[in-house]
Amino acid sequence: MSGKRGGRIRDRRQFRTVQRDGRRREKPEEKTLDNKVPAVRMCGITKTFFGKVRANHNVSIDIQRGEILSLLGENGSGKTTLMNMLSGIYCPDCGTIEVDGREVSIRSPKDALNLGIGMIHQHYKLVDVMTATQNIILGLKEEKYDLKAASARVREICERYGFELNPEQKVYDMTVSQKQTVEIVKVLYRKADILILDEPTAVLTPQETEKLFAVLRNMKKDNKAVIIITHKLNEVLEISDRVDILRAGEFVGSLRTSETNAQEMTDMMVGRAVALNINRPEPKNPEPRIEISNLTVRSEEGLLKLDDVSFTINSGEILGIAGISNSGQKELLEAISGLQKVEKGDISYIGEDGKKVSLIGKDPLDIQRMGVALSFVPEDRLGMGLVGNMDMVDNMMLRSFRAGRGLFVNRNRPRAVATHVKDSLEVVTPGLSTPVRRLSGGNVQKVLVGREIETAPSVLLTAYAVRGLDINSSYVIYDLMNQQKERGVAVVYVGEDLDVLLELADRIVVLCGGKLSGILDGRSTNKYEVGSMMTTLGGGEAR
Amino acid sequence: MFDLISFIPRAVAQATPLLLGSTGETLTEKSGNLNLGIPGIMYVGAISGVIGAFFYEQKVGSVENANAFLAIMIPMACCLLGSFLMGFLYCFLTVTLRANQNVTGLAMTTFGVGFGNFFGGSLIKLTGSDVPSIALSITHQFYAAKLPFAGKAGVFGELVLNYGFLVYVAIVIALLASFFLNRTRRGLQLRAVGENPSTADAAGINVAAYKYWATCVGSMIAGLGGLYYVMDYASGVWSNDAFGDRGWLAIALVIFTIWRPNVGILASLLFGALYILYLYIPTGTNMAIKEIYKMAPFVVTILVLIVISLRKKRENQPPAALGLPYFREDR
Repeated sequence: MSGKRGGRIRDRRQFRTVQRDGRRREKPEEKTLDNKVPAVRMCGITKTFFGKVRANHNVSIDIQRGEILSLLGENGSGKTTLMNMLSGIYCPDCGTIEVDGREVSIRSPKDALNLGIGMIHQHYKLVDVMTATQNIILGLKEEKYDLKAASARVREICERYGFELNPEQKVYDMTVSQKQTVEIVKVLYRKADILILDEPTAVLTPQETEKLFAVLRNMKKDNKAVIIITHKLNEVLEISDRVDILRAGEFVGSLRTSETNAQEMTDMMVGRAVALNINRPEPKNPEPRIEISNLTVRSEEGLLKLDDVSFTINSGEILGIAGISNSGQKELLEAISGLQKVEKGDISYIGEDGKKVSLIGKDPLDIQRMGVALSFVPEDRLGMGLVGNMDMVDNMMLRSFRAGRGLFVNRNRPRAVATHVKDSLEVVTPGLSTPVRRLSGGNVQKVLVGREIETAPSVLLTAYAVRGLDINSSYVIYDLMNQQKERGVAVVYVGEDLDVLLELADRIVVLCGGKLSGILDGRSTNKYEVGSMMTTLGGGEAR
Repeated sequence: MFDLISFIPRAVAQATPLLLGSTGETLTEKSGNLNLGIPGIMYVGAISGVIGAFFYEQKVGSVENANAFLAIMIPMACCLLGSFLMGFLYCFLTVTLRANQNVTGLAMTTFGVGFGNFFGGSLIKLTGSDVPSIALSITHQFYAAKLPFAGKAGVFGELVLNYGFLVYVAIVIALLASFFLNRTRRGLQLRAVGENPSTADAAGINVAAYKYWATCVGSMIAGLGGLYYVMDYASGVWSNDAFGDRGWLAIALVIFTIWRPNVGILASLLFGALYILYLYIPTGTNMAIKEIYKMAPFVVTILVLIVISLRKKRENQPPAALGLPYFREDR
């Protein structure tokens, strides 16, 4: 369990407070079509975090056995929270959960598994040095400890559903897709027949996605109930029987996939109020700032991370970088800022005076001095850029401690910067001297991005700057980037949410498996074009 | 000429405390606790055994009155209790209060040595003896008791059968620990706790309980190493600070064996041999050369570290969460 999700029993007391009045106001009739008792029915579920952030409000969904249900919604619409309540990680503030028509209370993942509910999270929980089988039987108590028998059962499960998995393989030798398979088999091994998959395709290649879908169809035939959390419309259409749509934590409707289309789903998903409206000023006399030509980067393990990528980053413009995760975005930014060894190709910085300097082989510090600022928000947020145990002032000082003369550092300027960042970005913190680690994720991000902007860079590299942020904070960050753009800074924005990329970026570079799939104009392209270029080189057939 | 027949038994005698210490530390480290308090714990184990033996000997007076069972069990029970309490304290500080493991461990070592020297000194005062040591000859007789025919069974008897019972206990414990770690469900779960506690937690394993159990049992095993040292190796003679750097060698041995207690059986013999090698190599009067030979076990450990980090084999790496406190809601 990642720490954030760890407080699984926080609201246990309130769980019994059932609110029945507001059941299924908006839901169409077709759910009673089969006239069966649903495998799972969640009624009037409401969940609030810290008393103010409303993650789910009065949501009701249900799912039959032998059905694949998609839970569709934008980032932050409460899909994962809802499913976490079903799998015992959170307890709902109010509402009821029924399994096979019986009201149940689910207080821990164990309770959920006992009811046959298993969830496959986005971040896998596996022990690297152990084999697939060892991971699968971890924590089980009942039977005799017999790895051979367990492996045989794993093989049997794999055969039944069409997984490809070697039970004796060590997890560290596995690809992401194989690790996901281990996680799914782990849940099946525990005899779960209601499976929840949280964005299962986010890290998969198209081929792996196809395999996964084939497996899911086999499960459906086996009369299991499968719920997929996703925000990809093509997947919804391809795999699911029904789709339930959430928007800003509320249930907005349920559709039969066979009777709907992408347009209708998009309309329901985006809704009237939430329509993204990010300001996008015209770039003012853009000129090349960074030129990347034939860039090839290999990871330490020798895997090709970037393959012959060439493009230009212009001043006064926001360049979006799209791609499914791990397509080389991180390596690209690290190569520009001098943190990553380049195998082939060139990166040149073109100053305002038109002077061209190659960045290859330069020290990260020198690159920083030239005005290239990197604010990379890694998955764990504190991994790069900030020191969790230091306070805001000290973290600001990480950029400026070399300034000044003599032995002693000057703490006044960083303090002023920290105060400015705190006020202008509305960082919620007990005080400047609170360790950054204690701030919430969104506030940590504001500190990081704010600090990079304070250095007045000429190139600003951001990756996942709004990851995990609520809508308001995200908009603060978008505004910041637009301000930088208007000041003539070349902004690179690596993002996950295509809608935002399309609204914010002037041009979009699409990466696919480390290769440049194409460069699109942010104003004229659409989600489907970008999406298909992300999954197939050059785009292929746009849906 | 190099006298193997006398060299090997001496090496075994040196190896046994190291083997017990490293088996205990391996179990502990497999739970993710880097217990650097092992030298102190072995020291406390030894002095606790000495205290028990001392009062028992005071009571019975002579060998004829002593009961073999009690003479063995009283010191052993005291030793296990003392080292258990040390392990428990370490767990309380690092698991429950999540104190830094390195700092806690080093403090435990300093504390353990001080504790041992204080009570050792007190007992020496009680006996009123002229030499700064206590001789527990009755207990020693029972601990060093050998099979009656061992001495007559030729070279085999000399090399294999002619030891006190704790030597065999140490080997059996090491084999059992290996079996436990690799062949049982609890062993698997213990390793999962040391590798990835959050995964173990998600799988429904009680992380804190495993850490407590592994560390306390590990400490008790290590404590026996201290007991063996005093009662058998040192002929029942306790003198302050005589235990030396054996505790640190035991920790080095854990790395040397790449966290495998069964490998430890032979590796500890190698360490024991290297430790006394200087006695068998003609060095003349030059003490400095002796000191260089005494370094050998540590040099070998460094070499092993270099080799395993070059090979980059994941199974040979320390438990991934070694030294890190686990807190479910941490980010």
